[in-house]
Amino acid sequence: MIQTRTASSIAERLRELQLDVERGVWEQRLRDVTAHDVEAALTSRSGVYSLNKLLALVSPAAEPYLERMAELSRALTLQRFGRAIRLYVPLYVSNYCVNKCRYCGFNCSNDFERVHLTIEEALNEADVLASEGFRDVLLVSGEDKAFVTVDYLAELAARLRERFGFVGAEIYQMSADDYGRLFEAGIEGITLYQETYDRDEYAHYHPAGPKADYDVRLRGPDDMATAGMREIGLGVLLGLADWRIETLALAEHASYMMKRYWQSRISFSFPRLRPACGVSTREFPHLLSDRNLVQMMLALRLCFADAGLVLSTRESRRLRDHLVGLGVTRLSAGSRTNPGGYTHANAASEQFAVDDSRRPAEVAAMLSERGFEPVWKDWDRAFQGR
Amino acid sequence: MDTLTIAQRRFGSRLLIGTGKFSSPQVMAAAVAASGAEIVTVALRRVDIDNPSDDTLREIDREKLLLLPNTSGARDAAEAVRLARLARAATGIEWVKLEVTPDPYYLLPDPVGTLEAATTLVKEGFVVLPYINADPILARRLEDVGTATVMPLASPIGSNQGMRTRAALEIIIEQSNVPVVVDAGLGLPSHAAEAMEIGADAVLVNTAIATAADPVEMATAFRLAVEAGRRAYLSGPRAPLRRAEASSPLTGFLRDEVTKP
Repeated sequence: MIQTRTASSIAERLRELQLDVERGVWEQRLRDVTAHDVEAALTSRSGVYSLNKLLALVSPAAEPYLERMAELSRALTLQRFGRAIRLYVPLYVSNYCVNKCRYCGFNCSNDFERVHLTIEEALNEADVLASEGFRDVLLVSGEDKAFVTVDYLAELAARLRERFGFVGAEIYQMSADDYGRLFEAGIEGITLYQETYDRDEYAHYHPAGPKADYDVRLRGPDDMATAGMREIGLGVLLGLADWRIETLALAEHASYMMKRYWQSRISFSFPRLRPACGVSTREFPHLLSDRNLVQMMLALRLCFADAGLVLSTRESRRLRDHLVGLGVTRLSAGSRTNPGGYTHANAASEQFAVDDSRRPAEVAAMLSERGFEPVWKDWDRAFQGR
Repeated sequence: MDTLTIAQRRFGSRLLIGTGKFSSPQVMAAAVAASGAEIVTVALRRVDIDNPSDDTLREIDREKLLLLPNTSGARDAAEAVRLARLARAATGIEWVKLEVTPDPYYLLPDPVGTLEAATTLVKEGFVVLPYINADPILARRLEDVGTATVMPLASPIGSNQGMRTRAALEIIIEQSNVPVVVDAGLGLPSHAAEAMEIGADAVLVNTAIATAADPVEMATAFRLAVEAGRRAYLSGPRAPLRRAEASSPLTGFLRDEVTKP
């Protein structure tokens, strides 16, 4: 039995479990899981986490149980979230970046035309999104600290709050004080992926730039919660390391956050590597099949009843449609991953190539057909007030 | 006629409906109609409260129904108060279902923040219906500051577990001078009937109806259960006993006649 207790930091907890290094021991534990262990996990209290339970659910031994996991996940998600799927849209404000992440189109070694949007340009993009019905927007930027400053983000957020119920951000990491300023300005959720919890792989994929420090990165969610952020998005970039072990580390991180910062809600995203400028997915040895991805999502749902599960347009229409009702709670739609992409047809380079290119109204219609209400607004600017 | 009175307003139905989790605003409206509810609660976070053509709001006929805005999502008293003021400014509705739920997972209500917000809102002239844990002392404290009801939970919201807090609910019902609306965790019509049988003035249901395979039929079932439970309560139900009491096996041989020698 692996005991769960409250660690003083997530770094300490991962080290104690050896989930950040020496992954051979976890590969062995995954191989040792039996059908009996999986059945025990499936009959335990649905939606409650333990590392042993998740170990069973992400193991190869659980693969024949995918249908049962889907049934349980569907029932639990229906109970906790109802027949509703929240829709959001990313708004890319800059593709300048000082980092050299080997998997990302914004890698500063890539030679392409860089763009960052002025506040007015970003608001023009937002007008398009608002006119499509969106009230939930996610600001995205490369690590472009000279232009996309805290002041820039605060001003943009304040203007966006006039039209959007919720403004989140998926941007470069900052200090707790700066997160606090963003929160005051109306950015109420932050998504920051660890990318990979494996220290060696992390070092390999992040050879230079401010993002190269694993431990600094790992402290990000603590700083967001300290700043009062309501929603904290966690995730790994799927394809960099063994997804089964990554899922265990990710869940430990979530569990640590939930115990320590009980007023912030945790959500999980499932970004799979996509082709991008200078990135061919053939270079990555740990890519996931659709079946693997779904096993990961279902396993996390069965351990975290109330966590938001987010699926972007990186994924195909077919997969997204089928996953509605099985555990997913939030979908993006109509996304452009290049700054200015909503107002100019052929603008700057993308962070990654989207797969599901349907218009937002088409995604909403699909949800209605499947018996789900497309929820455009699930928050209000009045929460964050003066 | 047996009516429910909250803040001097009379209602024929004792079933309140929450509007979240439905597959569409149209299904929600059909379920509300089938339920016979006269009070429906709407999360301010979900609607554009100042926009009458909002998808959800336009399905709620305010001639027939009391629209009860709720502060779902508020983490503290200040947020809840701000939401309530905004809703009143936009709609003129003075009623508010007060929810202060700092824990985003079980959404359990914060007793301290709820009392604080209720105190402020009552002073500002709101009709306050606070969502609380089944805490009899908190219920009395809220009544003291002037809330229109108390709304204790039967079990955690959305959990469908039924009357887990029954013992505390019985105390609240016994002591309360304002209507007691059992608010959360009622997963089946029989749970709602149980709440009404022990003397709750009303119940509020959302998840059990919204997530049923047929929400309209389930809304009807809850309507009937609430009516049945209420009638049973008014009929003076006998307290349950630990064992059967059909006859007197030990003393049945005794006769009343005096035997003459």
